[in-house]
Formats: sequence, structure tokens, C-alpha cells
Amino acid sequence: MLELVGIAAVVGVLVAAAVSVVFGTNLVHSVLLLAVMLFTTAVLFVILDAPFLAGIQVMLYAGGVVTLMLFAIMLTRRSGGVAVNNETIKGRRLPAAILCSGLFALLAWSIHQTTDFPNGGDNVLATRQLGITLFTEQALSFEVLGVLLLAATIGAIVLARKRDHGEPEPAGAFQRPARGRKEATR
Amino acid sequence: MTLVNVLYVGVLLFCLGLYGTLTRRNVIGILLSVEIMANSVNVILVAFSRFTQNLLGQVFAVFVMSLTVAEVVVGLALVILLYRTMRHTDIDEASRLRH
Repeated sequence: MLELVGIAAVVGVLVAAAVSVVFGTNLVHSVLLLAVMLFTTAVLFVILDAPFLAGIQVMLYAGGVVTLMLFAIMLTRRSGGVAVNNETIKGRRLPAAILCSGLFALLAWSIHQTTDFPNGGDNVLATRQLGITLFTEQALSFEVLGVLLLAATIGAIVLARKRDHGEPEPAGAFQRPARGRKEATR
Repeated sequence: MTLVNVLYVGVLLFCLGLYGTLTRRNVIGILLSVEIMANSVNVILVAFSRFTQNLLGQVFAVFVMSLTVAEVVVGLALVILLYRTMRHTDIDEASRLRH
């Protein structure tokens, strides 16, 4: 009984935080509530006997992603200290609400119709076993994922780098004065 | 906690994230909503892994997490690029290819 109340509280916090992220008007608040949501998901992972994933969740999301998001908001904040605009698009609210509630109704109905859900015992899957699976059976996927992360890192650096609007760097020393003059007239 | 309850929670979170993705005006808000959707998928994957006693669900959840982080990194780089060219991050006004 007590366990059930605890789980219900965790799920309630999770859903409430998600609702506030989606419907909030202040973007900074939305990001901080997203952090709450991600932490609560980590708690849910612990409840579902996946402690390793809970650890990754806290380190990767709550530590990394939320910080990145806050950085991006602070970098793109308009000068003058105006609160970041985070409205929803007015003409799009109703169709989106209809679409999403319809999708939810469809999925909930299909979950409701299904009867033979698996319930395969209470063995806790060990983290050790997860590591063995990741590095033997799924080793190729793991390596491909590493290549993808490298590509994403390089892509992000190339995209966000400050650039001279398409002008290539001067190749020889004799071009440097011309570039300096252009900068002076700018 | 049974599998059915976790599925309901995951589906609810997914639909909330979808609503946010469709209605937000700010690009960063859209990225936040995409995070919610990816997170709900992770919850469902872990729940299936737990109740079918199959580790592949957790392995997939690890992959989904890494992919989401890569997506956020590239997405935020694009947001900063957009802000640098347009001086705002509104998705509706960013409809030109050249500025």
C-alpha cells in the first residue's frame, strides 16, 4: 500500500512536470521543470529495476542536456532583459489538441483492449549482464553509435563556429592587408 | 506497478510532448518537447524490458538516450546559428532560406 502511494506520487510529479513544461510561458522555467521531469524519470527507472539507466539519466540529461539548454537560452536571449518568448502558436492549438487527444485515445484504447501482457517474474536484470550484451551481441551498434556521436560533435562545432560569412581564410601573406582594410571599413 | 500502468504513463507523456512540438513558437521549446517524447519512449522500453525479462529493451534505451543527446547538441547549434542570422528564435518567422 505504501509502495503504491509512493509510485503514484512519482508518476504524479512526472506528469505534472511534463504538463508544466509544455504549457508554461517562461522558457527558463520550462527547462528547469524539464530537469525535474528527467530526475523523476530516473526514479521511475529505479522502480523498474534499471539502476544503471537511472544513473545515465541523471548524468547525461539532468547534468548535460539541461545545462546545454540553459546555455542556449542565455545566448539567444534578446538584449534588454526581456523574458524569453515561449508562447504557443494560437491558430495551431486546437488542431494540435484534437490530434494529440485522438492519438492518446487510440493508444489508450488499444492498451485497454490488450489482455495478455507479459509478466515474466521478478528477477532483477543485472547491470553486468547489460554490459555483456552491449559489448558482445550489440557491439556493432555500439561502435556505430560512437561514430554518430563524433559526427554530431564535429557538426555542432562547425555549425556554431563564428564565421566570416563565407569568405575563405586568406591563403597567402599578401592577402592579409586587403582583409584588414575591409575590416576597417566595416 | 504493472506494465499497463507504465504504458499509460508513457503514452500520456508522448502525447503531451507531441502537443508541445506542434504548438511551440520558440525552437528551444520545441526541442524541450522532443525531449519529453524521447523520454516517454525510454520509459516504455525499460518497462517492457522489466516485464519480459529481456535486456534488449534497456540496451535500446541506452541507444535512444545517446541519440537524443546528439540531436540536442546539433539542434542547439542550429538554434545559435539561427539566432546569429535572424536575431530571434521564432520558428514561424524562420521561413526564408537566405537572410
